[in-house]
Amino acid sequence: MNFEFSEDQQMLRDEARKFLSEQCPPEEVRRVLDSGETHSDKVWNAVVEMGWTATALPEAYGGFGMGYLELCVIAEEIGRAAAPIPFSTSVYLAGECVLAAGTDAQKDDLLPKLASGEAIGTLALAEQAGAISDKTISSRVINGKLNGRKIVVPDAEVASYAIVVAKDAQGVSLYVANLGDKGVTRTRQKTVDPSRSHYEVVFDDVPVEPLGSPGKGLDTVDRVFDRAAVLMAFEQLGGAQAALEMARQQASERFAFGRAIGSFQAIKHRIAEMYVSMELARSNCYYGAWALSTNAAELPIAAAAARVAAGEAYYQCARESIQVHGGMGFTWESDCHFYYRRSKLLSLALGSERAWKDKLIDRLAARKNAPSSNLDAA
Amino acid sequence: MDFNDTPQESEFRKEVRAWLAANAPKEIDIDALRYKDDLAPFKNWQKKKAEAGWAAVTWPKGLGGRGGTPIQQVIWNQEEGMNAWLSMPFIIGMGMAGATIMTHGTKEQTMRYVPPMSRGDEIWCQLFSEPSAGSDLAGVRTKAVKDGDDWVVNGQKIWTSFAHVADFGILVARTDPSVPKHRGLTYFILDMKTPGIEIRPIKMVSGESDFNEVFFTDVRIPDSNRLGDVGQGWKVAMTTLMNERLSVGASFPSTFDEILELSMQLPGEDGKLIDNAAVREHMADWFIKSNGLKYTGYRMISALSQGRMPGPEASITKLVMGRGRQDIASYALDMQDMAGILTDKEQASLDAVFQRSFFRSIGNRLEGGTDEILLNIIGERVLGLPPDIRVDKDMPFSEVPSGKVGG
Repeated sequence: MNFEFSEDQQMLRDEARKFLSEQCPPEEVRRVLDSGETHSDKVWNAVVEMGWTATALPEAYGGFGMGYLELCVIAEEIGRAAAPIPFSTSVYLAGECVLAAGTDAQKDDLLPKLASGEAIGTLALAEQAGAISDKTISSRVINGKLNGRKIVVPDAEVASYAIVVAKDAQGVSLYVANLGDKGVTRTRQKTVDPSRSHYEVVFDDVPVEPLGSPGKGLDTVDRVFDRAAVLMAFEQLGGAQAALEMARQQASERFAFGRAIGSFQAIKHRIAEMYVSMELARSNCYYGAWALSTNAAELPIAAAAARVAAGEAYYQCARESIQVHGGMGFTWESDCHFYYRRSKLLSLALGSERAWKDKLIDRLAARKNAPSSNLDAA
Repeated sequence: MDFNDTPQESEFRKEVRAWLAANAPKEIDIDALRYKDDLAPFKNWQKKKAEAGWAAVTWPKGLGGRGGTPIQQVIWNQEEGMNAWLSMPFIIGMGMAGATIMTHGTKEQTMRYVPPMSRGDEIWCQLFSEPSAGSDLAGVRTKAVKDGDDWVVNGQKIWTSFAHVADFGILVARTDPSVPKHRGLTYFILDMKTPGIEIRPIKMVSGESDFNEVFFTDVRIPDSNRLGDVGQGWKVAMTTLMNERLSVGASFPSTFDEILELSMQLPGEDGKLIDNAAVREHMADWFIKSNGLKYTGYRMISALSQGRMPGPEASITKLVMGRGRQDIASYALDMQDMAGILTDKEQASLDAVFQRSFFRSIGNRLEGGTDEILLNIIGERVLGLPPDIRVDKDMPFSEVPSGKVGG
């Protein structure tokens, strides 16, 4: 058995960590947060230069074809650095939508530009608060023209196109819209994490091209979200680890009542609990990475488990790190809030934790009802 | 990343399977054997294992093992499956005492005690905890006083599994109360047939008796049965405890599959219980824990496979499993609604597995290191947080305040 990343993959991790600690230290996250810029152009250019956007894409489309384990390794480091870049939007969402549903011509057209960083893609899904379903989508395509209003679209200002989920005669379908079109209006929205920009996007008679089978839009999004969930879980895992590290350091260096506060069990046990959650999340993430990289039949279960575990661990670590930091952790000046913000942002980015728990149970119950489909390696 | 054996591991697994197919009992009726005093079925299996070198794969040949690697031991454990239950009476010897004797004992002690231990001819028990020394094990008060070539032991031990059937015990006793607590301890091998030993079963909350109290009145132990130097008992005991946490954590199975099954069987207010949102929320939380532990285990096995030993981070398994079993049992009773209070196997859902676990899981969070001790281990040894201030650390043991005993 080898349920670990290979030596090459671990080398990639070390390189990525070193690279991001130089290119994207906390000061850079703070700069973007304070300045209101769309993203860190400097970090994004460096990441593109490193070829990370090409990591898992097939060579036929300008990618490196390295595989998803490598992408998981990079995602963890991006999460650890809380990097303010449109990586997940372009690579896990737009790229995976095109890979999952695009025609050869669409793949030839769109993927090489994503791989090279020449273009950024995004996904426009939500329209209102609450669970997303065909009932809450009212954007509509008639005669190849899209009309509607999307909210919380990530990175819409720097993206050149969006995959849009919209209704048509067949039901809910996916379309590709050029965001440079004159009928597109993008308005930045204030969010819990201003280091990652999100937009209201209004489409007014915007010409669009269908992506994938008509009426199958939400199915495709589900499949893409399972893949994205594993990758994003690694970002959450990296963030959890960073927050835990901060708490550990604070508890060792901060003195009160004449001793390091980490010597008090009230603090020590709190941090130990953070570690336990993070390690359980790590194991669930590895299971997800294995399923993603091998296209295992149990990917839907593994993805949901990784997402729920990593989302909860990140929030716990970010929240409790602030608690360990005391009043200082509640100030803008401390770095603690980067992780608190990002943990909530990531845990909602692919739909709520509640919805993922629901999916997880549906999938487990289905597997239990059909034991022959149980390909669990154990 | 894969779940496959290396070619060598695969060869070894084949060998294990072939041997088990030829030698393992075809059926084991656990209920028929539980809490019975007839040890013959257990001893027969253990003897077979030892003679073929499977009793402890990593131990040397001739001592019941085959000089194998830790990953080979894991493969054996995976394949042995339910048969391992037949080795339960030997777990203190094989899981704790044997490794301690081989590490700290003389060659004579090893040759005298380890082979019969492996063969199941002699059963062992552990005489560590006391009414006033549980988590604070170094605070044991049972005294051993030198008298000629013997030590004379007086005091009381508690939580001793298998004491009533054991031939030998590993004992930590205080030999010098005038020095700080960790320095005044000595480790002994005690023949349980020695006069002056009285054993009383402890009735647990569950009504069952997995443990005993053991009382010593002028019990004599020859000095040749001392393990390690006088005053070095704490160091020797550490070897035992490190082995204990690994073997206890690994021995509680997850109950997630059972509660999922229950939720799919029982009616809810609308459809089955599994359709209820609150039930689903809980189930998701337990799944990520049990799945997380399963793959944490795989990560540890991978480390072993590459020749690395798992460290104190293994404490996570027992911590999460202990709490998880108690939470799951309590919720599973709730899911049975008014009938959840029934405890007869014939009457309660799933043969009353959760009613039993509701009580037994209390102990899972206490035995082999309490939740609180495990959190200390994670905090201090894994994360490197500063140690607690221990007020009795440098104080002669005789001056340490004792407070209420046995609470």
